[in-house]
Amino acid sequence: MSEHTQHKHGSFEPQIIAFVCNWCTYAGADLAGTSRMEYKPNVRIIKLPCTGRIDPLFIIKAFEKGADGVLVSGCHPGDCHYTTGNYHARRRWIAFKNLMDFIGIDEKRLHFSWVSASEAIKWVDLVNNITDEVKKLGPFVEYKGLSER
Amino acid sequence: MENTLRQKAKELLEKGDVKVVIGYGWNKRKTRTTPVFITKPEDVEKLVFNPLCVNNLSLYLTRKFADIKALGKPAIVAKGCDIKTIAVLISESQIKREDVVILGMNCNGVVYKQELWKGELKPEIMPTKCHNCDVRNPHIADIIIGEKVNFTPPDTPAGMVFDKIRDLDKKSGEERWGFWIEHFNRCIKCYACRQICPLCYCDRCIAEKNMPQWIETSAHPRGNLAWNLKRAMDLTGRCTFCGECERACPVNIPLNLVNQKLALVVKDAFGHKAGYDEKVHPPMIVFNMEDQEDFIK
Repeated sequence: MSEHTQHKHGSFEPQIIAFVCNWCTYAGADLAGTSRMEYKPNVRIIKLPCTGRIDPLFIIKAFEKGADGVLVSGCHPGDCHYTTGNYHARRRWIAFKNLMDFIGIDEKRLHFSWVSASEAIKWVDLVNNITDEVKKLGPFVEYKGLSER
Repeated sequence: MENTLRQKAKELLEKGDVKVVIGYGWNKRKTRTTPVFITKPEDVEKLVFNPLCVNNLSLYLTRKFADIKALGKPAIVAKGCDIKTIAVLISESQIKREDVVILGMNCNGVVYKQELWKGELKPEIMPTKCHNCDVRNPHIADIIIGEKVNFTPPDTPAGMVFDKIRDLDKKSGEERWGFWIEHFNRCIKCYACRQICPLCYCDRCIAEKNMPQWIETSAHPRGNLAWNLKRAMDLTGRCTFCGECERACPVNIPLNLVNQKLALVVKDAFGHKAGYDEKVHPPMIVFNMEDQEDFIK
């Protein structure tokens, strides 16, 4: 995973890691698949029981292992399968996003969203947009460079 | 002030209300203060209180110090800022309010590092927390010792730490990244910041878990960044700015900057300031339906 995918033409293809919750976003992505919608193949989905399960270390680890962008997505507020998991996650994200920003990580590399089980179209748009955005930024050389120090 | 402190400590020990008094004492050459644990009433003469008493003794109330817990009910000599930490420990159910006697000291400020002491307390040698202190008269205490202090902190946080945060906020992302990577690169993973922190009390730290290995153990820039981010993240909404981590850091990483940046974020986003009320839950274990979510797509 540390090597980013290179096309034959040499254009950069970013690696996006998506941490999604089992009940909403994963089902939404599944719906996109079963509905035969097409979206950019750069995203690697990691399914977790709930967004409340996502420790900030997961995101740090994804960057460590060579991700160019990270997407975190779960149920809309009020829709959580475990009632309050996403509310807790939202609090954590507010702090974590500000911390990452303070450390100097570009906010375009770290995305948060709510995608429900029926929002396959939203998921497709989201992945396409993030892929384009991260593609423009180029590989996350700052973080990857840490490995070579 | 010291006499009152000794007298109160003596009374507590003689009556058997407490089994140990955790306080400050002189070192052998009387140049620095060091923690003392008084268990006998005749030893209370060892207790001192002066601007050299900078360290946060509430560390000894945590489960990291089982041998001190084993002594029995403690009384602790605490400045307002140390009481903030005790309040967080109580709100996190680490100790019960009735299980500790707080000897609150009215405080005129302390030195940032004991080495800086030249016999006089000047604003230049005081840490940022003292310049913004609103608890010079202890806010939670069983016994308050000393004369009431009149001090009004500035409306906007002033001092080196906050100036530097504002300075960093103005810089670009790349500059901030450069700044932090340069500092974190020096980290030698001694975990002094964790050991000294009264709020880092997990029995088993994530840094020591190796299946899977979340944080690389070698002092490598990649793992250093992960460790320092995780440490800062876990202190979100809990850090009371005692400044022990930065003081203990052997390579002078400005840890107060990240801690206080997150404290400012928490204050803006959730309206919470750590350590003022022991009955309020820490902000990261509760939530509000109306939390800001403009960044979530």
